[in-house]
Amino acid sequence: MQPSSYTNTGNIDTRSGFGEGLSYLGETHPRVVALCADLTGSLKMSHFKKTFPSRFFQVGIAEANMMGIAAGLTIGGWIPFTGTFANFSTGRVYDQIRQSIAYSGKNVKICASHAGITLGEDGATHQILEDIGLMKMLPGMTVINPCDFNQTKAATIAIAKHQGPVYLRFGRPKVPNFTNSNLGFEIGKGLLLEPGNDITIVATGHLVWESLLAREVLKTKGVSAEIINIHTIKPIDEQIIINSVQKTKCIITAEEHNYHGGLGETVARILSKRHPVIQDYIATQDTFGESGTPAELMKKYGLSSDNIVKKSIDLIKHK
Amino acid sequence: MPKPHHLDEKVIQTRRDIVRMVHGAKSGHPGGSLGCTEFLITLFQNHMNYQLPFDMDGIGQDLFFLSNGHISPVFYSVLARSGFFSIKELSTFRKINSRLQGHPTTHEGLPGVRVASGSLGQGLSVAVGAALSKKLNQDSTLVYALLGDGELQEGQNWEAIMFAGGNDVDNLIVTVDYNGQQIDGATQDVLPLGNLENKFQSFGWQVLTNNRGNDLYSVKEGLENALKVAHKSKPIVIIMKTEMGNGVDFMMHSHQWHGIAPNDQQLQSALDQNPTTSLGDY
Repeated sequence: MQPSSYTNTGNIDTRSGFGEGLSYLGETHPRVVALCADLTGSLKMSHFKKTFPSRFFQVGIAEANMMGIAAGLTIGGWIPFTGTFANFSTGRVYDQIRQSIAYSGKNVKICASHAGITLGEDGATHQILEDIGLMKMLPGMTVINPCDFNQTKAATIAIAKHQGPVYLRFGRPKVPNFTNSNLGFEIGKGLLLEPGNDITIVATGHLVWESLLAREVLKTKGVSAEIINIHTIKPIDEQIIINSVQKTKCIITAEEHNYHGGLGETVARILSKRHPVIQDYIATQDTFGESGTPAELMKKYGLSSDNIVKKSIDLIKHK
Repeated sequence: MPKPHHLDEKVIQTRRDIVRMVHGAKSGHPGGSLGCTEFLITLFQNHMNYQLPFDMDGIGQDLFFLSNGHISPVFYSVLARSGFFSIKELSTFRKINSRLQGHPTTHEGLPGVRVASGSLGQGLSVAVGAALSKKLNQDSTLVYALLGDGELQEGQNWEAIMFAGGNDVDNLIVTVDYNGQQIDGATQDVLPLGNLENKFQSFGWQVLTNNRGNDLYSVKEGLENALKVAHKSKPIVIIMKTEMGNGVDFMMHSHQWHGIAPNDQQLQSALDQNPTTSLGDY
């Protein structure tokens, strides 16, 4: 089954969207510089490196130093984009980001690939499921988790114009590319992808496509689901969520992240204050991941459309 | 070479500022601050090229980064007395609603500070980044950084040292405050640093030493020597021996005054040893 209003124009990894966005910035934004900690190919930064060698810094396997150098490069007016895996972009260098970037108000763009469990076979050492929480807790940090290639490319371009630190999270596997390539990207603006009356599904990252798939199955069961793409987790678009739950009176959040600290908790915080409704969470259940293919892992850890369908039907019963 | 003797009075005055600030806040770090007084006064008043008012980007100006942020008392005193902000603001050190936080930060917009520091081991990486920024901007001015010796136990420094040595970051002059003391005792006892000269050399740095970091002439000469080797494909480090607590007898020759405040009696003794100057207290 495929989404009725969205077409997959071909599976492609979101990290390639980052790479294309960065190369575009290379041409259009002469103050953009890039740093990488020995993962240039994995981050799809090779084209930028080759085309703009004087604006590319290979720092080696030294992520803490990379974050500090990025902070220093902002002094004098450069806009640094750092690239490494999400695990090494956050937890490994949390204090460097906290002190030298966030607290110091530096205009650094922390670009993190291989986020979440879909990193796959490398296993839990490399699969961070806590990064959204870590980053959203930092005052002044913007946190973005786009859903496909087009949106990741647009987000990459958009954050160059934003003044202040940004955490941009994307992934490794080839996934459907379905958003409009001409849509642009507005930081902090949620997108209503599909209208519905019975349940709100708010999804981020790879879970957006899964939510669109779930909607089609729910439709066959007589359930009308409203699908919202929250690509910016901080600052979050509160109004689009509240407007939706006023109609549907229940909500599921869907993310490739631990339920502690993720999108779901941010949504719960907003709703508990402004418009309490029952909520359930598609997220990993306070666990580490493991080796496996991305599809196997998504299924095993309850991040697939099947589980969204199941939880939606259960939740509606409790309205 | 400029004669540093006219700075003597400034040294006395900054020592007074340091002990009064720490006494006034009933907390802070007087030992390392006193040890770096001659260095920072020389750097800001007899060496670096910079303009006021302070500008974060500092294009066409020498930049300074303090990595061992706990010696904020000396940094603040020297910044204020170099015209970055009002001298009377020194009285707000470590107090509520102050720009003079316990450790330096950009967060309250204090002129002269370009990055938050105090979580040790991070300043050198930022200084390296600022040096790269200058190269990209084709700006031939220099980046200076001061590091504590104990803080070289933080691994991030060695990442930055390896990067700067491997990438010809030759517009960077780092000084290591080599006082041999840290909170828990002598650096030699806590975790020996080994042969720092050899270590920096093996990472591709130009190494200079200065065994008299509390002598204004020697500090000035050391910085002049560093200038002579700048822009010659190697980053530069000055390993500068200092005396923690210098100028206040009971604070010297020990790590005990790393991070405690003098009581009223001790303050008076410190001030008696550093009598009133024509510059005046804050």
